[in-house]
Amino acid sequence: MTLPLTETPTPATQAPAPLSSFQKYPGGPGAEPPAGSGAEPRGSAALAPRSFLAKNPSVFWFLLALAVLTAVVTILSPALGMGAMSTSFVKTLGKTLCLCIAALAMDVVWGYTGILSLGHMAFFGLGGYMIGQWLMYARTEEIVVAALASDPIPPTAIEIAQGVTTQIFGVVGSSDLPLVWSFAHSLPLQLMLVVLVPGVLAGIFGWLAFRSRVTGVYLSILTQAMTLALSLYLFQNDSGLRGNNGLSGLQNLPGLAETSQDDLSIWFFWASALGLALAYLLCAWATSGKFGSVLRAIRDDEARVRFLGYPVEGFKLFVFTATAVLCGLAGALYYPQAGIINPAELAPIASIYLAVWVAIGGRGKLYGAVIGAALVSLLSTWFTGGRAPQVPLGFYTIDWVDWWQVLLGLAFVCVTLFAPKGIGGIFDRIAPPDRKGAPLGPDDGALMEKEARE
Amino acid sequence: MSALLEVSGVSVSFDGFRAINNLSFSIGPTELRAIIGPNGAGKTTFMDIVTGKTRPDSGTVTWGEKGISLLKLSEAEIARAGVGRKFQRPTVFEDQTVAENLTLALKSPRGPLAALWFHLTGAGRQRVEELAAKVGLTDHLSRKAGELAHGQKQWLEIAMLLAQEPKLLLVDEPAAGMTLAERELTTAMLVDLAKSHAVVVVEHDMDFVRRLNCRVTVLHEGSVLAEGSLDHVTADPQVIEVYLGRG
Ligand SMILES: Nc1ncnc2c1ncn2[C@@H]1O[C@H](COP(=O)(O)OP(=O)(O)OP(=O)(O)O)[C@@H](O)[C@H]1O
Ligand SMILES: [Mg+2]
Repeated sequence: MTLPLTETPTPATQAPAPLSSFQKYPGGPGAEPPAGSGAEPRGSAALAPRSFLAKNPSVFWFLLALAVLTAVVTILSPALGMGAMSTSFVKTLGKTLCLCIAALAMDVVWGYTGILSLGHMAFFGLGGYMIGQWLMYARTEEIVVAALASDPIPPTAIEIAQGVTTQIFGVVGSSDLPLVWSFAHSLPLQLMLVVLVPGVLAGIFGWLAFRSRVTGVYLSILTQAMTLALSLYLFQNDSGLRGNNGLSGLQNLPGLAETSQDDLSIWFFWASALGLALAYLLCAWATSGKFGSVLRAIRDDEARVRFLGYPVEGFKLFVFTATAVLCGLAGALYYPQAGIINPAELAPIASIYLAVWVAIGGRGKLYGAVIGAALVSLLSTWFTGGRAPQVPLGFYTIDWVDWWQVLLGLAFVCVTLFAPKGIGGIFDRIAPPDRKGAPLGPDDGALMEKEARE
Repeated sequence: MSALLEVSGVSVSFDGFRAINNLSFSIGPTELRAIIGPNGAGKTTFMDIVTGKTRPDSGTVTWGEKGISLLKLSEAEIARAGVGRKFQRPTVFEDQTVAENLTLALKSPRGPLAALWFHLTGAGRQRVEELAAKVGLTDHLSRKAGELAHGQKQWLEIAMLLAQEPKLLLVDEPAAGMTLAERELTTAMLVDLAKSHAVVVVEHDMDFVRRLNCRVTVLHEGSVLAEGSLDHVTADPQVIEVYLGRG
């Protein structure tokens, strides 16, 4: 059934003004289109199909910046002989790119959809654990096989498996391979788990939480409870993931024992850069069309979205789960560069940091999230690495290892109070956002202020 | 002609206060109905019940030829079944453009995957343009809805309601913030819509209701006080006492 909108509606007998004269009243007095609007494109230009890049001007600049960074790092990396950069710094940069992927996911779930999840780093950690299982198992297997090779009789599969188990689980005093390691021998299966474990956990959690319409701060608290419970569980030795020892030696890739860390570090850096580029494209695509419009509508007034017929809970669950999977994948790229993962990585504070990065960078803008994550995590490495110069005040010496957290906290408070659009907001000052040719209206400045207050 | 919406014996209390008391109401598939009543009579609450926002304590709400119970459906399912609503206070997505607001409302599959793959087709674009033209917002399509004047937001919300292509339109005080000329256009539009839709209009302005020239239901303290033509109900001594007598 369609409404008879195409034909000119017949004026009702009582209506003194025929409908055809209607367009003279674009919204009543005080609402005239701003001066000069005649020169602006007609409103229908807002509907014209535009290319992906036209809709997302930041994509081009972002990819360009990432490509330049990748080229510079490659040239300076020890792998190519220049050696101006240390291997560990290449790894730090590669890890930072992975954190940027997690920040993108956080921005989609929080900045766009308004779900302040304080548990997404748990999914990041789970991704790391899943890839770590394979890395550790396969590497240990190589070592065991090499050690047994000197035996006169070739070792049986059972002997090898037993050797691997003793090697991995000796520290927690266990000699059986836990059930959760059933797939650890196979890279494809563990890669599937990188997607499935965070995805299923987020799916179940989200289904329970969103179905009961838990929102706002209660949802944030629930996600904190989830990540706390998960990390406490992993701390136990009988969780099967080596308790507080976590998984280690992840920087050694099975089958590549001869390859130097110099080479591996740049390979992983490239993979991380590619991952970030793809994640950025994916997020830009998802948030720019109608899907993104629904997400922002849910963020601003979810009840209203329901009355338009959209299954709000379904959208939230979809976004929560999809971003959890993205975090899991990012974690799977991060931990081989970090070399070690333990349950502390899933501590509630990690997810809070993620939210802080996105807030400082500017939520609701993909590049803001990336800038925030990159800047704050790199600064954090610098300050906590003991490389930042101490500040002697005479009566007290500021040691940044201790004071960095305070500085970060202050920065967070300041951003929240004075620059709610974060660092990304600065870009808007330099190059105002694309208003699709429409002027802001006479009170241009007032609107910017209003937006800034939001 | 069987009813499109049938509300019977519905009651709802808020903290012991009976906002709706044994209310019965029915409307046919192509009918225009005005609901009037003093402030706090329960007009908005009635719409809340039909759209699933408020769950009644007792009573039934059935929909369509098959007599589906709306009480079992979620707000989104009710909207998809064909109940559209315009709120008393204009509620549009202020941070999005007029075009985005209309595209959101445009009838289309509502799931997340459908939204991901959604493309505004030529027909859809034309429809958005028509709707914008109909409510005089063509020049404002690319402006953010938050920048519009109050009256323009009302129009935008009306256009969004039309974009959903509902079978039943619940319109809560559409004329608030409109000029006299715009009110007249609104009445004309509603009368026209009622030729092919069920339309329920809540309005305080008597001249507005008179121009609708339709059956009127008077609500008072959560139940129907009188029903009939405007002249009939305004002649009712009870109505005069509770409603017209006051103001
Ligand atoms: N969620 C709620 N909680 C408590 N009381 C409510 C709630 N919703 C409505 N009420 C009360 O129910 C009564 C009916 O309210 P309702 O908004 O339906 O009136 P109305 O007829 O729409 O009035 P108006 O003409 O002012 O819009 C009012 O007394 C109101 O205070
Ligand atoms: Mg009301």
